[in-house]
Amino acid sequence: MTLKLGVPSKGRLMEKTFDWFERSGIRLSRSGSDREYAGMVEGIEGVSLVLLSAGEIPRELAAGRIHLGVTGTDLIHEKLARWEQQVEEIQPMGFGDADLILAVPRFWVDVDTLDDLDAAAAGFRAAHGHRLRIATKYHRLVRDFLRDEGVADYMLVDSQGATEGTVKNETAEAIADITSTGETLRANHLKILSDGLILRSQATLWRSRVAPYDTGDRTTLAEFLDRIDG
Amino acid sequence: MPRSKPARADILALAAQLRARFEAAGARPVETPILQPADTLLDLYGEEIRARAYTATDALRGEQMMRPDFTVPVVQMHMSQGAEPARYTYAGEVFRRQEHDPDRANEYIQVGYEVFDRTDPAQADAEVFSLIAQALDGLPARPATGDIGILKAAVQGLHTTRARKDMLLRHIWRPRRFRTLLDRYAAAARPAPARAALFDAADPFVGAGAEIGLRSRAEIVHRLRELRDEAETPPMSAHELAGIDALLAVRETAPFALQQLRDIAVDLPAITPALDGLESRLTALAGRGIDVDDLEFEASYGRTSMEYYDGFVFGFSVLGRPDLPPVATGGRYDALTRQLGQGAEIPAVGAVLRPGLMLELREAAR
Repeated sequence: MTLKLGVPSKGRLMEKTFDWFERSGIRLSRSGSDREYAGMVEGIEGVSLVLLSAGEIPRELAAGRIHLGVTGTDLIHEKLARWEQQVEEIQPMGFGDADLILAVPRFWVDVDTLDDLDAAAAGFRAAHGHRLRIATKYHRLVRDFLRDEGVADYMLVDSQGATEGTVKNETAEAIADITSTGETLRANHLKILSDGLILRSQATLWRSRVAPYDTGDRTTLAEFLDRIDG
Repeated sequence: MPRSKPARADILALAAQLRARFEAAGARPVETPILQPADTLLDLYGEEIRARAYTATDALRGEQMMRPDFTVPVVQMHMSQGAEPARYTYAGEVFRRQEHDPDRANEYIQVGYEVFDRTDPAQADAEVFSLIAQALDGLPARPATGDIGILKAAVQGLHTTRARKDMLLRHIWRPRRFRTLLDRYAAAARPAPARAALFDAADPFVGAGAEIGLRSRAEIVHRLRELRDEAETPPMSAHELAGIDALLAVRETAPFALQQLRDIAVDLPAITPALDGLESRLTALAGRGIDVDDLEFEASYGRTSMEYYDGFVFGFSVLGRPDLPPVATGGRYDALTRQLGQGAEIPAVGAVLRPGLMLELREAAR
């Protein structure tokens, strides 16, 4: 058997992941043409590369179909219930930094905190007859956060992309999304609530707790972890 | 202790027996669809319902939810066509999405009994409670009771602004936020400098960026005025605050709890009518053979469930098994009938049993 390592299949995240492993002498590459999602591993025996969408890596780890995987903390926490029991965090990788935050229009001069948001939501519901809408794709994380903070009278609306534009388009009043620099937020006339940080995320190497490991896999895993530490 | 799951046929048989028992008590059996329109439930419970109910979508009817309970459809049915007074019973599956605990059932059978009757709330409360207690007779389950109406009355009677009371009432079901609000209203806190500057600004919107979204300038100006009013409102009296704290801490057998609450009513006289209601309920319960001297009363009971009970609340929990859900829960939900009744309302009280759990307890006892 080989140890399966799941890595994002596209873009900067893939390149940075390749660079990160390269430093430990583990060379990952895409084989064949640019369009083919197959990969190669050099520099260590017994590991095979599986190229996947970053969003699918949590599910594959939880199902035990891959042993190791690279994906953001945000996706693991959002997609896996009781994630601690299904995966183990091996190492944050120092890139792919992104914060899941709550943002409202800068024009809302009366709203700086979650407490303000709660009061604004009460007023909004009374004035408009429906709950204040927050656009996001991180439903579970946002809902758990707002429940813990005791914010009421809101509802989540699903937004799988261009979330920052939903307020201007009047399909939402506020957003909860990943931001790395905040530039997109500013360009869309939004501001982050001072206590609106829901989760700090970065690309992280995870190990599946449920995947099958035979004796050979265990030896490979030990060597793999050793190389990464060194 | 491992849980042996009773067979589904046995659960259904017990459910049918319980429903027949409620029919004998005067209830009309009713059925409700499993798929419920999502907007009613969302409007009522907010986003929280999405964490608790399964959603199904199609292109024609949009979002629907697999019934998380019977209460809402039964109330809707009653409000649209029911004659008064009315008693209903039902038995069937409810579906609860589980995002955190794999040991909690995501589908189980409920049997319920609901009373819509204006004549004597204390008697109706006692009727529902004693029927449930009888159905659970012999099982290792212990009741706890509470009354959200007392806390509501306490808040409504506070000598402070309408805005503060509304905010506290809104968060009765979120104990942490309720506490934060109380602490804030009790402290003579000044607004942050940036905010104070905003109050004094000729134009608070200078440099605020583009006017986007549905929330209008007028709404923001209105809230700024509220914030300024709040900043100028004197702190709540320490006396009343201590009263609320004492109230929330009451946890005693019912007669002692009532006595403690009567003492608290010296500082919070607004709760007296609610306490008279509690006293009548205890009398009615005793009249139906319930040992009220041994009945647990907790003033905070029921505050963390979904916000629909607003008076008497109760639950039967399994002795020595805090890991198990309550085997029965119930309470009064007058406000729910108001919200669903489009202008109409009727005092209502009801309860549900979990026959699956009852069977587990019977088998464990053997």
